[in-house]
Amino acid sequence: MPNLIRPAVMLMALLTILTGVIYPLTVTVLGQLLFFHEANGSIMTVNGKAVGSTLIGQQYSQPGHFWGRPSATSPHPYNGAASSGSNLGPLNPALTGLVEARIAALRDADPRNDQPAPIDLVTASASGLDPDISLAAAYYQATRVARARHLPLEQVVALIDRHARHPWLGILGEPRVNVLRLNLALDGHEPDS
Amino acid sequence: MTTQSWSLLGIYLAVLFAAIKPLGLYMVKLMEAPRSPSLARLENGLFRLCGIEREEMSWRQYALAVLVFSLMGCIAVYALQRLQLWLPLNPQRLPNVTPDSSFNTAISFVTNTNWQGYGGETTMSHLTQMLGLGTQNFVSAAAGIAVAFALIRGFARHSAQTIGNFWADLYRATAYLLLPLSFVLALALISQGVVQNFSAHQEVVTLEPTIYEITRVDNTGQPVTYARGDAIVDAVSVTAQTLPMGPAASQIAIKQLGTNGGGFFNVNSAHPYENPTALTNFLEAMAILLIPAALCYTFGKAVGDTRQGWAVLAAMTVIFVGAAIATISFEQQGNPKLTALGADQTAGALQSGGNMEGKETRYGIGASALWAVATTAASNGSVNSMHDSFTPLGGLIPMWLIQLGEVAFGGVGSGLYGMLAFALMAMFIAGLMIGRTPEYLGKKIEAFEMKMVSIAILITPALALLGAAVGVMAAGGRATIFNPGPHGFSEVLYAFSSAANNNGSAFAGLGANTPFYNGWLGAAMWFGRFGVIVPVLAIAGSLAAKKKLAVGPGAMPTHGPLFVTLLVGTVLLIGALTYIPALALGPIVEHLILWSIS
Repeated sequence: MPNLIRPAVMLMALLTILTGVIYPLTVTVLGQLLFFHEANGSIMTVNGKAVGSTLIGQQYSQPGHFWGRPSATSPHPYNGAASSGSNLGPLNPALTGLVEARIAALRDADPRNDQPAPIDLVTASASGLDPDISLAAAYYQATRVARARHLPLEQVVALIDRHARHPWLGILGEPRVNVLRLNLALDGHEPDS
Repeated sequence: MTTQSWSLLGIYLAVLFAAIKPLGLYMVKLMEAPRSPSLARLENGLFRLCGIEREEMSWRQYALAVLVFSLMGCIAVYALQRLQLWLPLNPQRLPNVTPDSSFNTAISFVTNTNWQGYGGETTMSHLTQMLGLGTQNFVSAAAGIAVAFALIRGFARHSAQTIGNFWADLYRATAYLLLPLSFVLALALISQGVVQNFSAHQEVVTLEPTIYEITRVDNTGQPVTYARGDAIVDAVSVTAQTLPMGPAASQIAIKQLGTNGGGFFNVNSAHPYENPTALTNFLEAMAILLIPAALCYTFGKAVGDTRQGWAVLAAMTVIFVGAAIATISFEQQGNPKLTALGADQTAGALQSGGNMEGKETRYGIGASALWAVATTAASNGSVNSMHDSFTPLGGLIPMWLIQLGEVAFGGVGSGLYGMLAFALMAMFIAGLMIGRTPEYLGKKIEAFEMKMVSIAILITPALALLGAAVGVMAAGGRATIFNPGPHGFSEVLYAFSSAANNNGSAFAGLGANTPFYNGWLGAAMWFGRFGVIVPVLAIAGSLAAKKKLAVGPGAMPTHGPLFVTLLVGTVLLIGALTYIPALALGPIVEHLILWSIS
């Protein structure tokens, strides 16, 4: 037994230095040198001012902006400091209640749109910080955004088309659009670089 | 299942299988001292410094070394959490973690479970994440590989008293396998947007202010009410968003490769900073099964017949593919109650459709469900979607994969040694059927081996089912169940299954950061890990001491379809007999309710 203690303690110390200090520090240094923008959160700037991360969604409720996925973070949606999903089970009455209210809110904001609501637009994302919506969810909102901004519908649809992302080789990824990029474009802001 | 999901599953398996042979061969070399003279010299120097004797160990010494090393790990991780406020690299000034949560997390990371009762970005300092959790990600995985190496030696050797040197196996698996692979994967992840820095959290001003309501509370924490009894609600406007930072990529790479699964952030690999693109998702999901799958080839090569390794791999693949197709299909089918409300869940060119509650848009249904199956087929436990919000049967499959003992690929090392225990069981059953003394790979399977196999196979169901029973009977267990009805029972059953089998994923609605769950789940994780490792090492020692029998004409071949069928049948049968009664009370009854009232 005593001849096991010293190897255990020493090897733990050695491997801690190797995997807990040298490894993360080397990765950090190389990451910062090679991928500075990505390693620091992919923060987008407009005229030198940070407006958010392309990877982290934000909360929108004005009719003239595209709305993102519902977010279950607390105490308020899209709280970047505390990622969280809803964890509501499929039979939970709270889930059906929330989905019903979200569909009603979409209908209220755009009464003439009687299409069924795309599922991702009425269900909470896993992280509560989903930066994307499906293309279906974007096109669904086009009429509302166009009316609120007094823009021709074709112009709003063209904007979605320009920012649309499709599965790579038809396999990796889903049809989607980044909501922050779309809304910045609507507001007439051009991200730096 | 959509065409895209079929293609994804196909390409996932194709890439995995392409990597198996080269990596498997590389790991065969790891079982011996390095051939390069400079590496050998370095090793000698380090081992002398650590006071490591190079002699091989008997199975008892090997098991004791595993236990002592793991206990040291627990103490170190516990201490780091309890002292983090006074230690460096804590830019958020996060307080010391509570004793019960520290206890749970220490065991969780040492046993390669990485169950997380806490939220990463709000609990752990950068130092705790790196020195404590990051290090355990490596060494707990390496310990699993070491035990698998010991068992392989048991099959490969004959008339031998020793099964290898734990310190050497541990060091080599860490330094020559896990470190280089993690390094490459971490850099690939950073290039796609996974954060890697030591900054404090960043603040950005959002496009729109977020307005929300909070209930006003007095200084005792009680809600302040109007005279009529209604709570007073204040409207709050937030104009800034906090972006969490830290050395995430380096930890995510090893948590995927080492089947650890403990996320840097609360929502694990669903967080855009942990898993930002479809490509990172593919790489991270691939990393889960890479080493466990390749170890099968290592096994075949080391026992001198690669067909034996492919046969074990074939059995694992059959279970995995069946589970993946089922889970993807159930999730794609969606939730009938939401269709009734006017939501569109059909898959098409513009959306993935299906059950999107608790899933990210960039992964859709296919990549979310495939991940759920990979993470539970292995003992990984990282998630990219919320299993608690899966459809009843879509959630049943991952839970059952955990309950099978995670032998469809399984954890690094633990998947192979778990599956080989089932192989011994299968050959024993086959031997009983034809009335011959069972043998496997030229080794007679006798009473001692079967006793140890029984302990290894039965300890985790005992912990999972008894634990779940205590969880739903005790007030402390019921208090933090989140979803009502049968789903609430599923949460508790999943938690104990996950802990006992060292998975670490959760039906995360369950409030598990309580003294009750921290204590009970901590115990389940410890015994679920070492209650299997010690009997497996005993089998290794006993097999190594046996003579190797010549293969006679009456011996059943263990590399053909008959053996694969027998092995798959044994795993599924034991899993079904053990767990169907419990599953019937949870997901199965929930499925019947969901589809009968809509």
